[in-house]
Amino acid sequence: MDPRAFLRTAPEPTLPPPPGATGFFALWRARLFADATTGVLTVLGLALIVWAAPILFRFLILDAVWTAPDGKACAAPGAGACWAYVWRKFPFFMYGSYPVEHRWRVDVTLLAGAALIVWLLWRGAPRKGLAAFLFFAVYPVAAFFLLRGAEFLGLPVVSTDLWGGVLVTLIMALAGIVFSLPFGVLLALGRRSRLPVVRAFSVGFIEIMRGVPMITVLFMANLMLPLFVPPALSPDRLLRPLVGVALFASAYMAEVIRGGLQAMPKGQFEGAMALGLTYPQRMRLVILPQVLTIVIPGIVNTFIGLFKDTTLVAIVGIFDFLRTVETARLDPEWAGPTIATTGYVFAALFYFVFCFGMSRYSLGVETSLQKGRTR
Amino acid sequence: MTKRAALAAFAALGLSVSSAAAGPTIDAVKKRGQLVCGVNPGVAGFGLPDDKGQYTGFDVDFCRAIAAAVFNDPTKVRYVALSAKDRFTALQSGEIDVLSRNTTWTQSREVGQGFLFGAVTYYDGQGFMVRKKLNVGSALELSGASVCVQQGTTTELNLADYFRSHDMKYEPVVFATADEGIKSYDTGRCDAFTSDMSQLYAERTKLGQPDDHVILPEVISKEPLGPVVRQGDDQWFNLVKWTHYAMVTAEELGVTQKNVDDKLKAPNPETKRLLGTEGNFGEGLGLTADWAYRIVKHVGNYGEIFEKNLGEGSRLKIKRGINALWTKNGLQYAPPIR
Repeated sequence: MDPRAFLRTAPEPTLPPPPGATGFFALWRARLFADATTGVLTVLGLALIVWAAPILFRFLILDAVWTAPDGKACAAPGAGACWAYVWRKFPFFMYGSYPVEHRWRVDVTLLAGAALIVWLLWRGAPRKGLAAFLFFAVYPVAAFFLLRGAEFLGLPVVSTDLWGGVLVTLIMALAGIVFSLPFGVLLALGRRSRLPVVRAFSVGFIEIMRGVPMITVLFMANLMLPLFVPPALSPDRLLRPLVGVALFASAYMAEVIRGGLQAMPKGQFEGAMALGLTYPQRMRLVILPQVLTIVIPGIVNTFIGLFKDTTLVAIVGIFDFLRTVETARLDPEWAGPTIATTGYVFAALFYFVFCFGMSRYSLGVETSLQKGRTR
Repeated sequence: MTKRAALAAFAALGLSVSSAAAGPTIDAVKKRGQLVCGVNPGVAGFGLPDDKGQYTGFDVDFCRAIAAAVFNDPTKVRYVALSAKDRFTALQSGEIDVLSRNTTWTQSREVGQGFLFGAVTYYDGQGFMVRKKLNVGSALELSGASVCVQQGTTTELNLADYFRSHDMKYEPVVFATADEGIKSYDTGRCDAFTSDMSQLYAERTKLGQPDDHVILPEVISKEPLGPVVRQGDDQWFNLVKWTHYAMVTAEELGVTQKNVDDKLKAPNPETKRLLGTEGNFGEGLGLTADWAYRIVKHVGNYGEIFEKNLGEGSRLKIKRGINALWTKNGLQYAPPIR
């Protein structure tokens, strides 16, 4: 008898799953009613949806006023969301008080910015280096001259008091994002530096910025600064909080990146040293690419936080997007019980679209960069 | 502690330096070619950007009146939207020339903080709104009522004082914001809603059925609102003050935006002095003789501005009340121009 007779020569045929474990119902039963707790939560969740969805649907869609010349139709009893009001105030939400005849300048700036961002972020797009150069070096200067105006270009100056709405929110967010990442990297490296002065500066900066609320920074910029410097030298009312927001975000960014540096195995540093690379080369070629990959979720988290924090500048009298919504709802022409709610729903949608977009994009980048590490 | 003291010292130094450095404001304004006016970023009727983002309102028209007097062009104004917190810093530091932002004239603001209030452009005060069907004609009939009020404001304190001094019972229902308060009032959570009069009219437009509510005539507190300037520049102070008086005088004399050109030929000596066809009353203010003519021509008289922004010409429909001319049982009174 063959001594290997007890060994299988072919795999056993797969048994069918037990009855009731497959199919549409089984699948959803396992997901929604796996045990008692899950079951109760599912029922409660469904009840909430059944209760809330029709109310929302009625208010936002069915009873909503889509077109109206003024607020009378929206103030009628039983009227839902007043989209006519959002439509009417939309230019104000977009541009604030930017002069009507010059609003094309804002459009051009924002479209160019959007195009460059898509170019930069679209994986697989050609000539990224050029895109980066245009976005980080050329675009800010061009945008500044286009938005603010320059007499030698034949564009009248539009003072920044008139800027507002989505324009200001995006400027705040973009400047914060573009500035905080590189500056945060430098601060994080500085904090781990062996040079005491550099280290002390970085630690001091980060701790002071993180140790105070953002509102304090904004108040300091807009209330204290004008008292110390003469009005002629005092920076622009928009620039002050802009710098404040950017510095504030940098401190948080630095800590996120330091977390990534901390997570690097020591061997990476030593290996790079053993290859004879200089400090900048080690950082640029070996350490930072890995660090930044690890901390993408943290970076994007900071960006999203920063984007929403820009609403705080309203406190120092800057008309950001949320502030324009807040202001427009006071218009007596449109006053009515649903105006405030409609405005806030619109604002929520706006912020959600941007934040969710950032979050999804980062998830995509993460998955593609993590391919080598997936186990 | 020492740090704080040092900071305070710095702040004081900064204050004194900048206020000393602010020279005659009128020269600076003329040189700049623009008036810089601090306004409210959002109070219906007083200062609010319209659909195009242009500032409109009662306080805004006051800025336009100054610009009209100085430049003969009401559009030469740069508006700086200021929150309640940073309005005084902006004025103190010289960032704005005049603050026209429904600011209440109080003793401590003039004496303690180094400001001057030009005039009272709007006599505000706390009032009550109730449902018509309650059949209440006076605040004195509100005994036992529940009253919606904003928390932590002087409004809340005034309310308590008023009811205590009239020996009436009431039940305060407090809310963090005026918005919540008016919503609750609308749903019937309380019998009355209290706030400053100007605010009551604006809040009323937000109700489901604005016409079912009435604002009671009693004014239980004093909130005189007016333009504010820095101390130390008397000429500029006079200019701001007399801009208001010129508008009031114009109303008194029946000079309106429409008929101002005809009134130039009017024989009335008061009208002649106002419009500059006799004497030169603008000179002392650093202006031309036709300064008041310019104001009325470009912006209008006091009554016109009131009606356009707050009264029948707007959706607020605020009654003139104590803001009527002194000849009509109001408080608006201008010293003579002579």
